[in-house]
Amino acid sequence: MSLPRIEIQLIAATVAVACALPGTFLVLRRMALMSDAISHAILLGIVLAFFVVRDITSPFLVVAATLTGVLTVSLVELVNRTRLVREDAAIGLVFPALFSMGVILISRFAGNIHLDVDAVLLGELAFAPFTRFYVLGYDVGPRALTMMGGILIINVLFIVLFYKELKLATFDAGLAAALGFSPGLIHYGLMTLVSVTAVGAFDAVGSILVVALMIAPPAAAYLLTDRLPHMLGLSALLGVASAIIGYWLAHLLDASIAGSMATVTGILFGLTYLLAPERGLLAIARRRTRQRWEFAQTMLTIHLLNHEGLPEADEECRVDHMHEHMRWEPAFTAQVVRHAERTGLLLSQNGQLALTPQGRQVARQSMLQ
Amino acid sequence: MDLLELLRNLLFDYTLRTVALGAAVLGIVSGGLGSYAVLRKQSLLGDAISHAALPGIAIAFLLTGSKAPLVLILGAVIAGWLGTLGVMSIVNSTRVKDDSALGLVLAVFFGFGLVLLTFIQKMPNAAQAGLDKFLFGQAATLLERDVITMAAIGTLALLTMLMFWKEFKLLSFDPEFGASLGFPMQALDILLITLLVVAIVLGLQTVGVVLMSAMVVAPAAAARQWTDRLGIMVGLAALFGALAGVSGAVISSSTARLPTGPTIVLCISAIVLVSMVLAPNRGLIWHWVRRQRNRWRLRVEAVLGDMALLAAQHDDPGHGHSLAALRAMSQGRGGVARSLEKLERRGWVRRVSPDEWALTPNGWAAAERLLEQHEETSV
Repeated sequence: MSLPRIEIQLIAATVAVACALPGTFLVLRRMALMSDAISHAILLGIVLAFFVVRDITSPFLVVAATLTGVLTVSLVELVNRTRLVREDAAIGLVFPALFSMGVILISRFAGNIHLDVDAVLLGELAFAPFTRFYVLGYDVGPRALTMMGGILIINVLFIVLFYKELKLATFDAGLAAALGFSPGLIHYGLMTLVSVTAVGAFDAVGSILVVALMIAPPAAAYLLTDRLPHMLGLSALLGVASAIIGYWLAHLLDASIAGSMATVTGILFGLTYLLAPERGLLAIARRRTRQRWEFAQTMLTIHLLNHEGLPEADEECRVDHMHEHMRWEPAFTAQVVRHAERTGLLLSQNGQLALTPQGRQVARQSMLQ
Repeated sequence: MDLLELLRNLLFDYTLRTVALGAAVLGIVSGGLGSYAVLRKQSLLGDAISHAALPGIAIAFLLTGSKAPLVLILGAVIAGWLGTLGVMSIVNSTRVKDDSALGLVLAVFFGFGLVLLTFIQKMPNAAQAGLDKFLFGQAATLLERDVITMAAIGTLALLTMLMFWKEFKLLSFDPEFGASLGFPMQALDILLITLLVVAIVLGLQTVGVVLMSAMVVAPAAAARQWTDRLGIMVGLAALFGALAGVSGAVISSSTARLPTGPTIVLCISAIVLVSMVLAPNRGLIWHWVRRQRNRWRLRVEAVLGDMALLAAQHDDPGHGHSLAALRAMSQGRGGVARSLEKLERRGWVRRVSPDEWALTPNGWAAAERLLEQHEETSV
């Protein structure tokens, strides 16, 4: 593997972890779409700052764009507070307007600007290793890598330092406010993280991949665990996996790297959605089937217990009678009986059913409950 | 450019006429159907659908090799519909909430669409050029046949909406009641979303995937401010959408290097802003005026009450009470002097000296009425 390839994967993995951490809180706080809004709206900030400093690599650009992201959040809240539109509509009104201004400014002054709307949305990871970062004349690596590394450190520090506050404000905002933590401050802190991450990632991977990496891995992790630290770790892991697999998929198809990484985050989420041990579709389906059989079995034992040893027992405990009494299809009855026999709840002889001691116990217990 | 020339261009300039017509169709259809999305709290579904349509366009091209609008629209509709289905099934069967589901479908489908687009672009086939116009929209590439297709499909969608007017109204405001009446609410839900998908897909070529969501939310959000009736809201939203479409097309054509899609979005955003500020009853100005009026009414009533209290302590009903005393009683509410002037105009108090006021017999009666009212409401 050549150096640029390793570097591309390193950049992508760093972006993935940097996105997964604030993304986890976005998903938990039901603000996932803020990542979409912020990552689009920062375009305006980038363009405006560029007009002032005339240097696409200036750190001032990052600060200005980050502020635009935070401004987007406050604008959404401002529109929301008028109570004239609902929150989802407020998001849908604010960011297209800001993004449009950005696009228009770029097009109007396209001649003297090295900015491209496509690049902001889609990124060009393939070229990222060629913009180097120099410290005192030494090449310390690709600019995108050092930048995203710095942002990753900021994200980790913020989450470690304010872990308790974030956790409390996320799961019980009311309690957090009552205890004197300011939920507003935590909220804006988190939004600043999202914003700075989106800004840092925009020229490497583009805003769409930022949205994908902020939402899909945490959403998948959410289906896998109930513990916040595990969710953070799993999100980061799934993000990195998406980045690496996505890179090689793009290599194979000779297609957009950011696009294929986003696709892989979706595939990984889809797999989790199907296969997650407790919350996956398969697990849910299997649990439903098992519950259905268990319920039918229990009903059968209760029925048998009710008529056991009574004069009508011969009539009531016949296998063919279940069709009438329980409204079960004969095939279903046969299956339930076979199932119950195998688990040792009853004995079947010449179409007559009899409870075993274990079956009696099951029936009694379920009636007590 | 003067107005007459503009009008002439609008009628006779092929490109401008086509673009303006296309934008108008897009505004009418997405404004009308977007009203339901906004009312049903599905504003951002439009964002997800428009992004999700991208891979559909690419696959439709890959399969047929054709760029005929009908083919691409069909592909986009199927993909947008699948995306919606994905969102719904994630929300219904897992604990992942709707915001995450929407964002996930949006980013993943769009990413997949990009993979396909870049894949197509590298094919040795000249026909692929121009597919990327769906990203940001390129209204200038609209042809007359595109507009005719858009208009035909849009009319069909709007007619369907009108046919199911009563049912969709039920679905938007009280689906449980509708279900209890025996309407197939789930089927209606799917039909309405399908119409929304169609409306969104129609606009992709003009404003692009990224900005299409605004055309769903904004006209409806603006129309909502002016009315509480569904029929008027849908009509107004369509009108606002068309207005923004045409004015955006005209503005961008009369200025160099002004992309149509974003211009249309800014036009509709301006309409939203104006509506939120000016609309009667709900608008911000209206709201402010009403609050001021209430505040003054309360202030005046409080001063009248204070006057009555003071007067009750004196044998002589015509005795004047100083402004300073009333100010002290107002507990910093402010506006005492102006309240007194307002009361004087009604004939309830009169000025006995430059800063002394007395209650008139009419004022007494008014104060007693006020007291009764307060007692009634507090009981």
